[in-house]
This record gives sequence, structure tokens and C-alpha cells, in this order.
Amino acid sequence: MLNIATADHERAFVTLEDLEDLAQGAAFLGTGGGGDPYIGRLMAKHAIREYGMPEIIEVDELHDDATVLPAAMLGAPTVLVEKAASGEDIDHSVKRLAQLIGRQPDAICPIEIGGINSMIPIVAAARLGLPLVNCDGMGRAFPELQMVTFHVYGVPATPAVIVDEHLETVIVETHDGKRAEDLIRAAAIRMGLSVMISCYPMTGRDVKNYGVKGTLTLALGVGRAISQGRKHGDPVEALLACLRSTEYYNHCKVLFDGKITDLRRETSKGFSIGHCELDALDGGAQRMTILFQNENLVARVDGKTVAIVPDLICVVDRETGQPVTVEAMKYGQRVKVIGTSAAPILRRPESLAVFGPQAFGLEEEFIPIEKSGNRGRI
Amino acid sequence: MRIGVDVGGTNTDAVLMEGRQVKAMHKAPTSRNVNDGIVIAVRNVLNIGRVDPKDVQAVMVGTTHFTNAFVERRHLQEVGVLRLALPATRGVPPMVDWPDDIAAVIGRHHYLVEGGYEFDGRPISELDEKAIASAAKDMRAKGIEAVAISGVFSPVNGVMEERAGEIVANELPDSSITLSSRIGRIGLLERENAAIMNASLVDLSASFITSFKQALAELNMSAPFYISQNDGTLMSADFVEKYPVLTFVSGPTNSIRGAAYLSGLKHALVVDIGGTTTDIGMLINGFPRESAAAVDIGGVRTNFRMPDILALGLGGGSLVSQNGKIRVGPRSVGYRLTEEALIFDGKQLTATDIAVAAGFAEIGNRSAVADLSEAFIEETANVIHRMVEEGVDRLKTSAEPLPLILVGGGSILIRKSIAGTTECVVPEHAAVANAIGASVAQVGGETDKVYSYEQITREEAIDSAKSDAINQATAAGADEKTIEIIDLEEMSLAYMPGNAVRVRAKAVGELRVC
Repeated sequence: MLNIATADHERAFVTLEDLEDLAQGAAFLGTGGGGDPYIGRLMAKHAIREYGMPEIIEVDELHDDATVLPAAMLGAPTVLVEKAASGEDIDHSVKRLAQLIGRQPDAICPIEIGGINSMIPIVAAARLGLPLVNCDGMGRAFPELQMVTFHVYGVPATPAVIVDEHLETVIVETHDGKRAEDLIRAAAIRMGLSVMISCYPMTGRDVKNYGVKGTLTLALGVGRAISQGRKHGDPVEALLACLRSTEYYNHCKVLFDGKITDLRRETSKGFSIGHCELDALDGGAQRMTILFQNENLVARVDGKTVAIVPDLICVVDRETGQPVTVEAMKYGQRVKVIGTSAAPILRRPESLAVFGPQAFGLEEEFIPIEKSGNRGRI
Repeated sequence: MRIGVDVGGTNTDAVLMEGRQVKAMHKAPTSRNVNDGIVIAVRNVLNIGRVDPKDVQAVMVGTTHFTNAFVERRHLQEVGVLRLALPATRGVPPMVDWPDDIAAVIGRHHYLVEGGYEFDGRPISELDEKAIASAAKDMRAKGIEAVAISGVFSPVNGVMEERAGEIVANELPDSSITLSSRIGRIGLLERENAAIMNASLVDLSASFITSFKQALAELNMSAPFYISQNDGTLMSADFVEKYPVLTFVSGPTNSIRGAAYLSGLKHALVVDIGGTTTDIGMLINGFPRESAAAVDIGGVRTNFRMPDILALGLGGGSLVSQNGKIRVGPRSVGYRLTEEALIFDGKQLTATDIAVAAGFAEIGNRSAVADLSEAFIEETANVIHRMVEEGVDRLKTSAEPLPLILVGGGSILIRKSIAGTTECVVPEHAAVANAIGASVAQVGGETDKVYSYEQITREEAIDSAKSDAINQATAAGADEKTIEIIDLEEMSLAYMPGNAVRVRAKAVGELRVC
């Protein structure tokens, strides 16, 4: 008997045909990182063909004592495009974690809706025949394991199970989420730079209290707005209209309309820190600089900050609205830079201590996008 | 003396080149039988140039024959797909994202076996040779004669693919075998897709090459012939027989390269105006700037080396309409220009009619456009120039003005200066720039691997990438003395310490024979 209440409202329903829009929306919420969801989408498509589409449930349908396990990929997306996943590695991480905690999972929960990790939980839920919770732990993408609301509010990251394609398994148990991140990352290198992970074992109560709710359908809505907008002429305007109607991303604006004129990447401590410069397309003298790690961190116009992490800074093709990851950015691309507010839970002081500007080595304070000057259109 | 041929969807162009000089050119509609068109074109330039066929040292061909066959799903073979990967990749089987109509033609004969490499060249699993042999036996039982072999991280280490190829060849001696590591970059699915596309075209390629060789023999020509590939370099006929997929979308590359050659410029914008479309590309270091985006061909995703091209619906045959606002294109009379345009006594007002009315060109019957008002002619010409200006601006990487090279049959549409450019160069023989581009193509080699800078130094990794690229160029027929590295790209793999860096190097040189 699953620890899930019967739905007294209509459930969100995702079909095979929706995967493309969902992947596109997830790429947008990846804020430049999170990996291109293309390969993840194919894995999801294959898993759904084989096992059927998992049921999507809302957070409030979970019993407080339900067992909810996340499923995700950890490593370099560039490696994933060669090795993909076997599928069994995804189930195995979840099953092994269930064994360790001595409880059977009632549902699978995405931990990071931005990028490829929007798709891995679909594969897990389909293969395991479990419902998928419409929720995640950030409403965007972040580069490290502890950068998630569940960690902020004290849900232990471990035990964490990482599994490679041979179903060889490393179990990590630490006192601290950041320490777990360090150990897991080190093991992942030896395991081939692309592993499947299940961690943060949670109760229904944890998910209700700390989850960023509704993000799976939000990603789908965002992706669908871009596709529909493309059919009717203005994808970026359609995207903004969709964002404005959401609970989290409603403070949104085009921060800059420009052309990429310079890109530099420096590698330090394993993370590539990049600088992207843009010139205005209206012929004005304004310049934008975006600093990115794996995700976009801060956007400045002529030196003045206009958006900063954890608010979302997303680069899209100015004609098609197609999200552009930092790996795909190139000279001469014509893009619009869109800034949106992050979910309110991400902007609290305790959250900012984990993934605010200082966590990325930036010296400035977080300023909400709606208060950072009046450039662009709100 | 060399002959360059470009077989496009509309026209087959040929040029006879002596050094930098164009001795003869021929432009004719592409015949239904592509080969006949090539033979006619070659015979014509030989006659016009009064050249003994024996004095021709090489024939270079650019063709869309194989692209069209794939897109139209014609003359394709069934393919057996062998992937060396288990236990990895099971979540994404081969051809998972292919359109059903083409998958039906190629079949879904998939075999996944143990094998493949990690990013740093360590094996994922030992190669399962028995499973490969039994897969090959199964293919034989099904009558499959074309095999595509793909292995995880095979661009890093191609040994397993080669070994698998030997085993398959042993079981299926008459089969054609495509190894993904020979044609693609990192990105398993895209590389595997390219290998499958290639395998499906090998029969067609073999008959194309054979009949072309026969045709050259009939013309008393003993020169070797080469086919240009999508990155602007040449392949020998024997190589194309095995790897026809590398010719995909070589047309725009040839135009840009031809424009570079005719103008002598190395950094410039190239605007190629044809009958229906205008292709705008960017010339950097004498080569087209490459696109970073994945490219769909016939609905199948690939990661080919493709030039970054912006296509506009503007050409010599574009229809001009006035409905409050003047519009030019995207509808076009295409190859029927010489029947349907006003100046050719037709009934349609085309961009070419405007060019003639404005005095940009003297062709056809100018009196047929005498009724058009001067204001209308000027406004329409301005619309055409603005379309090109906007396209040029979209493709440029900096505000700094660059020279613009104008080529193609529709280049008569442009006679005024284009904003954002220093000058507009219209080289002689601009109408056959693509055939010239084929005739001057160089020979290249490329490598794309992931190195761990913790295991070897950055200098060692870069040297190794460079020498791999140079060796490949030499193997492809480049003169060693002329080989240079034209592109070197380093990219850190995201989200991982350990300094894993992807290095791509590309080398090119002059063809050894001429």
C-alpha cells in the first residue's frame, strides 16, 4: 500500500509528446547549466515506451510519513552524451538507497529541475513503477550536491548511493552535505565522470516543507510557451508572459538584447569560470558581462549588477527563444538575456548562505531582481 | 590543369582551371541522371578550353547526390547496427529518435555488445568478440550487407571499433563496414547516426563512383578524381566510396571557398545569391566559420562539421509583390526564371526584372520592364539591399566592417554599398564560385579527444592532437610540406575536477598531385 492519498483534484498529466517541451523548459531553468537535456529526453522516451508514463502527483498528495527518494545524474554532461545510462544504474541507486534506510520508496522526486536532471527522475519513476512528485529542490540548476533546499533545512544528503554502468556502487555517509559532495565527486571521476545518484532520502513531510513545488509542470509550461510562441511569431514574448503568470518566476525581464562579443573560460579548482561579454544590438554603447561557473551567476550592465544568483539568468536565442547553455555559447550569437526571480524559499538568508553569491566566490550581496535598478522591461 | 564540378539541385557547373586562371566554364541544368550531367559538363569545358583530356591532372566534384538520396529516402540499404558499449548506454538504443519512415527503410537491426571506453581511454568492458561474431551471423541470416559500428568514446580510442570491424568482415566478407570513429566527433548518438546514414549509402556510392570512373575513361581522362566534403576539404574517390556521408551539405562550403579563392581575401563575409535563396557565410582564415549547433538531416540529428550559414529567401527568381508594402520572396520561380520573368517574356515580376530595370544588369528584354515606375524600382531595390544588410549584420561577430564578397547567379541584384562592410567585391566568374571552390579544395585531417591534464601535460596533449590531425591529413593525400594546423580548440568538461579537457585540432594541406 503506497503512502499516497487519492487525488481530489485533477492530476498533472505528461505525455510522450510533451517531453520535447519539458526538455526545453528544463534547459531554460538550467540557467546556462544542468546539461543539455537532449540525451535525457531520449532516455525518458525509451523508458516510457517500455514501461509507460509514470503518474505525476502533487506534493500535498503525499502522506507525511511517505518515503520519497530523489534520482539524478552527477558528473559531466559531455561524458553522458557518450555513455548515456543503462537505466538499470538508475533503478539500482534508488533500490540500494531504499535498502540502506530500510524503507520502500512511495515516490520519486526530482532534485534539480534545470537541465538533464529533469529527465532522469522520469526514467526512474517509469522503470520502478512509482509516482513522480511535481517538485524539486531548487527550481533551477546548481553545480553542487549541497546546493538544494533540502540541505538548507537540515535533511541529510546521505546515505547517498552512486552507481556506474557496471552497477558498481559507492555508498557515502558523511556528517555534512558539502563533505558528501567532495567525496562523491572524487569517486565519480574514477567511475568515469558520469554516474547515477540517489541521495537525500526524505519523508513526505520534508518534501512538503522544503520542496520547490510544481516545478515539473512549470518547466513543461515554460517549454510549451516557447514552442507555441515560435508558431505565432514571438517566442520570447510568449516566454515572458508565461513566466509572469508563475508563482516563482513572476519578476522577470529582458535584461539585455545583444550579441556575444567575447567569451573567456578559465579553469580553477575543477570548475570553469567563464566571462561572456555582450554588445547591445540597438547600437547603444551599453555592454553586458555575464559571469558563469557551470550556470550563469551574475549579469552586469556597464559594471552595475542587474541580476545575481540564486535569481535565474537565462540566455536564449533572440529569434527562436531556444535556451543557450554556457557550453553552446559562441561568438556572434544574437541572444536575449532574461532574468527572473527565484522561488521565495531560495531567497531566505539561510538559503543564501548555501547558494547565494558568496557561495560562488562573489563578493557582493544578493539583490532581488525586482530591486536591482530599472533596466529592461518588468 | 584541374576541373572543378558542382552538382547542385538546379544546376551542374564545371570549370577548367589552370593555376589561378579560369580557362573555361559551363553551367547547365542538372540532368535527371546526375552522372550524365557531370559528363556533359566536363566534356563541354574540355571543348571550350581546347584541352587534351590527358593534360587534366585532377577532377574535383562537389555534389548533393547523397544528401538528396538520404533526404528523399531513395536507394538506401538496410543497415545492421553494432554498438560496443555494454553495460553502458542501454537506456538509449540506436535510432531511438529517427523518423519512422526512414527507420522503416533502414530497418531496426540493433546489436549491443560489451565494449567501449571511458573518457580517458580505459575500457568500460572487455570487447565481447563472441557476441560480435554471433551478431554478424545473425545479420548474414537476415541478408544484411551494410554494417555500422559505433563504440563509446571511440574518437578517444578507435581500437575496439577496428577489431569489431575485422570480426564482422570475417563473417560477412562482402559487407561494407562503417566505423563511427572515422566520421564523427564526440556525442555517441550523433556519431552513430552518421555511421548508419553512411552505411545506408555505400551501395549508391559504389555505383556512383564506378560509373563516374567509366565516364572519365570514355572521355580519355586518366586523372584521379576527388569529392569535396562538408568542411571544404577533399576526399579521394576510393574514400568517398566508403564514406559518402562526408559529402553532406558541401555546397555552401564550396561557394565560400570559391569566393575566397577568386577574391584572394581570407577574412570576409560571403553572400551567395542563387535562384531562390541567398546563403551568407563568414570566411575566417580562408575557411568557412563552423556552426556549433546540431544539424538535422532528413529528420536525423548529426554533429557534422558544417559551415555556419544564414539562408534567406531571396534570389534572382524571387517574386516581387506589392500589397501596400513591397515584398521580395520567399516564393520564387526558381529554375524557370528564363521562362517566367518579364524580361524573358514571361508573366512574373521577379527580382531579376528589378535588377534589369534599375540598370544593374543587361540581360533579356529590357523594354518588358519599361512600364515600372522609377520610384517603385528604387524602393524594391532598396528592399533587396536591406534584406542582405540585415542578414550580413546577423552573421557578423563584431561591429568592425569587413569586406563582402558577392557570388552566385543572383549577384546582379546588389549594386549599392552594404552597411557594415568596407567594400563589395564581385569577382570575375562569380556565377560558378561553387565549382571553383571544389577545384581549389584542400585536403584535411581532424581529431577530437578528451585528455586528462592530470595524466599528461597540456603541451603534450596539444602536441598529440596536432600530430594526429597532421597524420590524418597526410593519409588523406595532403602534401606534407604544405600542411598547417588551422584550428585548435580546448574545452574543459563541466562539473568535474580532474582537469578533463576536450581538444579538437584540424590540419589542412595542398593536394599532393597538383
